[in-house]
This record gives sequence, structure tokens and C-alpha cells, in this order.
Amino acid sequence: MLENIFVSSLNWLKNLMAAVELPAPLADMLILVIKLAAILGFILINALWLVYMERKVSAFIQGRIGPNRVGPFGLLQTTMDVLKLISKEIIIPAAADKKLFLLAPLMIFVPPLAIFAIVPFGKGMAAIDLNLGVYYFVAMASLSTVIIWMAGWSSNNKYALLGGMRVVAQMVSYEMPLILSMIGVIILTGTLNMNGIIQAQEKVWFIFLQPVAATIYLIAALAETNRTPFDLVEGESEIISGPFTEYSGMGFAFFFLAEYANVLLVSVMATTLFFGGWLAPFGWTFLPSWFWFIFKVYIMVFIFMWVRWTFPRIRVDQLMGFAWKVLVPLAIANIFLTGLGKYLFLS
Amino acid sequence: MKQLQGCADMENSLELIAFFLLAGSLLTGALMVVTLKNLVNSVLSLIVVFFSLAGIFILLNADFLAAVQVLVYAGGVCIMLVFGVMLVQRKDMRESNPVNRRFLIAAPLTGALFLLIGLVAAKSPWVKEAGEVPENTIEHLAPILLRDYVIPFEAVAILLTVALTGVLLLVKEVKDNGRSS
Repeated sequence: MLENIFVSSLNWLKNLMAAVELPAPLADMLILVIKLAAILGFILINALWLVYMERKVSAFIQGRIGPNRVGPFGLLQTTMDVLKLISKEIIIPAAADKKLFLLAPLMIFVPPLAIFAIVPFGKGMAAIDLNLGVYYFVAMASLSTVIIWMAGWSSNNKYALLGGMRVVAQMVSYEMPLILSMIGVIILTGTLNMNGIIQAQEKVWFIFLQPVAATIYLIAALAETNRTPFDLVEGESEIISGPFTEYSGMGFAFFFLAEYANVLLVSVMATTLFFGGWLAPFGWTFLPSWFWFIFKVYIMVFIFMWVRWTFPRIRVDQLMGFAWKVLVPLAIANIFLTGLGKYLFLS
Repeated sequence: MKQLQGCADMENSLELIAFFLLAGSLLTGALMVVTLKNLVNSVLSLIVVFFSLAGIFILLNADFLAAVQVLVYAGGVCIMLVFGVMLVQRKDMRESNPVNRRFLIAAPLTGALFLLIGLVAAKSPWVKEAGEVPENTIEHLAPILLRDYVIPFEAVAILLTVALTGVLLLVKEVKDNGRSS
């Protein structure tokens, strides 16, 4: 009953549309729009509450209480923050490239939404079950770089431009180990489909078969989301706020929320690739598959926050050197060993 | 049966509309790349071009190629942007992609190239009947790349590695330690 609550409500909608005799292509399109709207809602609500979670986790780690005034346990704090930001004036710097400056915050949610469309949130719960799966994820994720760079450049501010340049350097470098670490898993499963990858972990999660790849993935994912210890892009003590320096009001809020959407995204991928996705651990199937998926994702998000509030920021040259001299060779060695292992195991 | 026919027609016309929208945005984007005065805006409209092209690939059921298009080209545009901004020697980026008088030379050359491509396109024997597209296109790609044509594939890889190393060697700062290197 609980297991199929989303699938069956969608089926009910489909039947309803068939009953009122909507033409099939129109009905399919409508279903897709509903699915995507649901996903957009999921992303926005999560981004909003993850900000709250971040503040509570940081407070816990630093021995503070955190937000506790607005609503019970301060639960409405971030909602009020966003309401405040909406009501603020949007300031456009006189020397800014106006069109790009306004376009960047509008575009920033496009890659996360496009990627979440293929995520299997539970058994048979992917909005679009794509064969390309992981490859599509990589392709879409690479677009965020351009959008953040656009924000930095169009602000026409030295700090913003420096931040934009750092974004490109950092995100392009860490894309390499991120992609290479996924290849180990893909060799094992022989499929790019995310559902296929999850089902291949029925017996054992890939974190146990691919521990090196999982570690590389987690480090590279931290860098891809521009979070401490890799938050050089917006290092407050060096370049104010990087590409987002000139943004106020809702533009700032969009970038701020997009960071959490991206954290959610890399957690979702980590869950899918290494932690068995929606599969229940120890065969505890009394809880629905979508519950397990979300539960694992939040544990991953918590680990990302934990790292953020524990480690200091590292230097730019250390950051780049670490990606190219340590992570990339390690990931390539991992691919080689995985291939060799699979060959020996199969023959 | 009639209703099924209607559905197929509707899908076909949707595909046609999608094709014209994509082709329109592709051509507009391409024109903007050439005509815009600001180099950054030009490169950004290149993303529009790549995306429209990826869309056309999807219409042709070449989903893998579409993803390659987005990852390699649209995603790689940011590198081009960075190099564009760092290497352009102009005080004002708003005039970094100027138009000059050399179109008198360029126009006949591009016209000739256009004619040549048109001629080749007109003469080549196109496959007019669409073949059956397999459900999973990637699975057939791997054996072709990594088994049937593995030697050309690896040769290209070596070529790229050599090019990369050469670039590194060229741009590396020469440290003069008192002797000529």
C-alpha cells in the first residue's frame, strides 16, 4: 500500500485521463508535466529545509543551539528568510551585463531539475527511465559551471570575475575524478541505467566492492558543489562571495538554494551508485523503497555537512594539485584494477 | 484503428514542430555567434547552438550522441570562455568580437565552401528509409569502439595524449638555471 502510493496515484490520474478521452500524446505530455512539477517541488522544498538542516548541524558541531525562534524548533526560519529575500530590491550594478546578470540566477535550477527527472526515487519511480542514465547526469551537471561563470562575469566586478575563473578551474578539474570514479561501477554493472545500477546491488552494495571509487567520488562531489574544504569559489576572506558578490534579494537566494539542490543531487548519485539506491538494507522491506532512498540521501547530505563544518579551507594550488596528481591517477588505477578483476572473475 | 492513426499523425506533426523550433534556434544562435560584438555573448550563444543540435540528435533517436554533444561541447564552452577573456587584449570586452572589412575575401571563400558542401550533399546517396532504431543504443557502441575498431581508437587516444603533452611542454615556463635548456 505505502510502497506503491506514488505509482498508483499516477496510474489513477492516467486512468482518469483515459476516461475523459484525452488524446494519448497530450495525456503523456500532461503526465510528464505533473511528474516534473512534483520533482521541482521536491527540489525547492528540500533546498529550503536543507539550509535549516545545515544551520542546525553546524550549530550542533559548534556547540550552539541554532535557529530556534521562528516556528517550533526554528523550523520556519528559512521560509521566512526566503520571504524576506523575495521582498528585497533587486539591485543591478550599473556596469553589469544586464541580460546575463539576470539570466544566470534563472538558469541555475535548470541542470538540477533536468537531472532529477531521471532519478529513481523508489521502485519504478523514475520520472523518465533513461538508458543513458549516469552519462546524462554527467553531461547535465557540467552545465552548472557555465551558469555560475556567467554570474561572475556579468557582474563586472573583480572579485566576482576571480570567483568565476576559480569556478571553471575547480569544477572542470574535479569533473575528471568524478566521472572516472563512476566508471568503476559502470564496469561492474555493464549498464548506465540508474535502475539497472541499483538492481545490480541487490546482494552487495558497491561501496564494499568499490571503496576507492566511492572515496574519490565523495571528495570530488564535495569540490563540485563548492563546499568547504573546497569552497575557494566563494572564499569569504579572499574574494567576498565570489561570483555571487553583486547579487541581492532573490538572485542571491536562487544561488544559495541551488547550492543545496546540488548537494542533494550528488547525495542522490552517491546513494544510487554506491549505497544501493532504494534497496532496503538487511531486507527490511517493511518500509517502502522510496523511504529508504530518501533516508540514505539524507545520511549522505549529513556527511557532506559534517565535513563542511569540520575541515578548514585549502589553498588553490593544493586543490588543483590534489585533483590532477592524486585523484585522477588513483581513479584510473581503480578502473584498471576493476577491469582486470572482472576479466579474471568472468574467465 | 483510426484513433491510432490519428495519434501517429499527431506525434509526427509534434516532431515536425520540434524540428523547426530547434532548427530555428540553431540558426539564430549561429548567427548571433558571428554577429554579436561581445566575445562572451558570442560564446554563450554557442551553447544555444550546441543544445539545439543535441535536440535534433534526440529527434533522430541518437540519444548517446546528444549527450556527447552536451557534455563535450556545451559543457566545454566554459574553457573557451575563460581563455577568451584571458587572452583577448582589449580594454572593453564589449568590442572584443569586431567586424572588419575582410569579408570581401571571406565571402567568396565561404560561398565556395557552401557550394561544395551543397554539391556533396546533393550527390551523396542518402539512406531515405529510416532503419529500425535499437532500444538500447549504447550497448552496440561499446563492442564497435573497443573490439572491432580498437586500434584506430587507441591511435586517436595516443595522438590526443601526445598533443596534450606537447601543449604542456610549450606553455611551461622555461626556468633559466644558468644554462640553455
